[in-house]
Amino acid sequence: MAEITILEAINLALARALEECPDVVVFGEDVGVNGGVFRATEGLQKQYGAERVLDTPLAESMIAGMAIGMAAQGLRPVAEIQFMGFIYPTIEQMICHATRLRNRTRGRITCPMVLRAPYGGGIHAPEHHSESTEAIFAHMPGLRVVIPSSPLRAYGLLLAAIQDPDPVVFLEPKRIYRMMKQEVPDDGEALPLDVCFQLRDGADVTLVTWGAMTHETLQAAEQLKAEGISCDVLDVATIKPLDMATILNSVAKTGRCVIIHEAARTCGVGAEIAAQLAEHGLLSLFAPVQRVTGYDTIMPMFKLENDYMPSTERIITAVKKTLEEA
Amino acid sequence: MTNEEKKCIAQFEIHHTQLLNQAGERVGPLPDFATSYETLLTLYRTMVQTRTFDSKAIALQRTGKMGTYSSSLGQEAVATGIGHAMHFEDVLLPTYREYAAQFQRGVAMSEILRYWGGDERGMAYANQPHDMPITVPIATHVPQCAGIAYAMKLRKEARVAVCVLGDGATSKGDFYEGINLAGAWQLPMVVVVTNNHWAISVPRKVQTHAQTLAQKAIAAGIPGEQVDGNDVIAMRHVMSNAIEKARSGGGPTLVEAMTYRMHDHTTADDASRYRNQSIVDEHKLLDPIDRLRKYLTANHDWDDAKEQRLHDECIAEVETAVNRYLDTPPVPPETMFDHLYETLPDALQSQRDEVELLGKQKKGGGQHG
Repeated sequence: MAEITILEAINLALARALEECPDVVVFGEDVGVNGGVFRATEGLQKQYGAERVLDTPLAESMIAGMAIGMAAQGLRPVAEIQFMGFIYPTIEQMICHATRLRNRTRGRITCPMVLRAPYGGGIHAPEHHSESTEAIFAHMPGLRVVIPSSPLRAYGLLLAAIQDPDPVVFLEPKRIYRMMKQEVPDDGEALPLDVCFQLRDGADVTLVTWGAMTHETLQAAEQLKAEGISCDVLDVATIKPLDMATILNSVAKTGRCVIIHEAARTCGVGAEIAAQLAEHGLLSLFAPVQRVTGYDTIMPMFKLENDYMPSTERIITAVKKTLEEA
Repeated sequence: MTNEEKKCIAQFEIHHTQLLNQAGERVGPLPDFATSYETLLTLYRTMVQTRTFDSKAIALQRTGKMGTYSSSLGQEAVATGIGHAMHFEDVLLPTYREYAAQFQRGVAMSEILRYWGGDERGMAYANQPHDMPITVPIATHVPQCAGIAYAMKLRKEARVAVCVLGDGATSKGDFYEGINLAGAWQLPMVVVVTNNHWAISVPRKVQTHAQTLAQKAIAAGIPGEQVDGNDVIAMRHVMSNAIEKARSGGGPTLVEAMTYRMHDHTTADDASRYRNQSIVDEHKLLDPIDRLRKYLTANHDWDDAKEQRLHDECIAEVETAVNRYLDTPPVPPETMFDHLYETLPDALQSQRDEVELLGKQKKGGGQHG
């Protein structure tokens, strides 16, 4: 079996969903003929036709709104927003409609849609192409927020998102779109949507992260191993609903926790994890929880983006700080 | 290049339809359906029923038995025409003054009261599976209408989606984004702009310098037309034409229905702060119910006794709905977690347990749910 990238795994999952379910419709700006600016939808229009793989007019609120309408009619729309920096016009549609259709109609009308978008920094992209603002969506009741960080998880989680009966925002860490390759069997198997993935077993400290930051976090864990420090690494993967049970179990074992995310610190998802650790895991902790995150600045233009985003060194420093406590 | 040298490459016209004038006199040939006395009575009855409901709903709010309510007073013909022109399997995306359409489509009066009474069950619509709930954010439902219409088109269903919004909504991006897609993809949908002249306190002329709102369709490449929205026969006629055109693959239409908001924006508003009663009084002369009544009296055997009987029936019907609303069993607090997701995520179970416990304690520690 050939090894594939995250991007190819996303393409594979979309093809599988289109193949298996006639209700699946894939659309967005440049997703049809061009196959998406990152090529995530390459070849899909040719294979599944222009009625199910569509280029839309350039209007993000409309893309989300039409997805809601399609979902309300029982289709399984998978809408692409070209970059997360352009996702903000969809917020009204998502918070005012997608998240509440089921609740408000007492289950009469549902909204099984997926809103996909590449997100995160580190590819030297122009203005508005680098932010990580997953917390905005994580704050919306009724929504799921999913972030894969490997080809296997991209395939399984995207299939799960498409099959899920409720709206899902699916954020793709574009910096690692082509960074790693894995064998991904095209078996149509979905992964669970509300559990963390343990990427590395360790005893001394729990590292909690998601998205592209899994890369730096695993690098830090490897370097720390050489110094005799053993890290338990968790990929949260499903930002909402949050699987705190797995995180709490890990912290009960290690007694220390460092949370790593690209997004700005204040009210980031790391703040929620730290708060829940304080509520439910305080007595397991030997040291204060550390957060290694983007700063509370505007995401800088790309000359400084690597200074903004957590580095392996910053993660190692934070881990060592938690280990200084008794 | 001077203006004289520029070539005209496109021209557009906006047409206005009126079939009965304000005196209830025929001003043009009536469509076939209007030859049926029974059909005209159905339209008339719906308008009277809606107005009876409306005044009772305002009374419920004023006496503290219901929350804020938005009146459809004076606009009854618009939604009556829309609802009557639609097929049951079509989809209506209403805003908050289309009760007359909703009633015809199976939404119960008691459900509308529950909605304004702060109860989600008022959007469950026990006898109307297709329609979307009332949309409060302005114009967000136009792209949704396009999505619904695309689903119908993809599945080759002979159904139409009908979206209703106000004059202020045409200033919003979502309105244009939605009608633009409707045109680009030739979707089976009709967008109705209920031009009642007011977006809360802001008059129509402040919204746009455009001469009509119907002409906003032109930029989207779809037909736009204006209709006298206080003439229920014209309203029903224009809507039927637009809906059946969409159903048969002829594409979308934008209809601007001219009417007037006779009441405050909602019961939380006081229109005397921004408009003179004299303007409102002028519009009373255009009343849609008076107009059809005059026509029915002059051309059929409608009389005061029949009018009284109809009013009595409508009052009884509304009273039954009000009683049903007031007798609605209280909603247990933990039901706020119901239908949040198909299956409640484990992460939310403890919050639900807390709400359930507090609800029971509030009821005096009883164990009944």
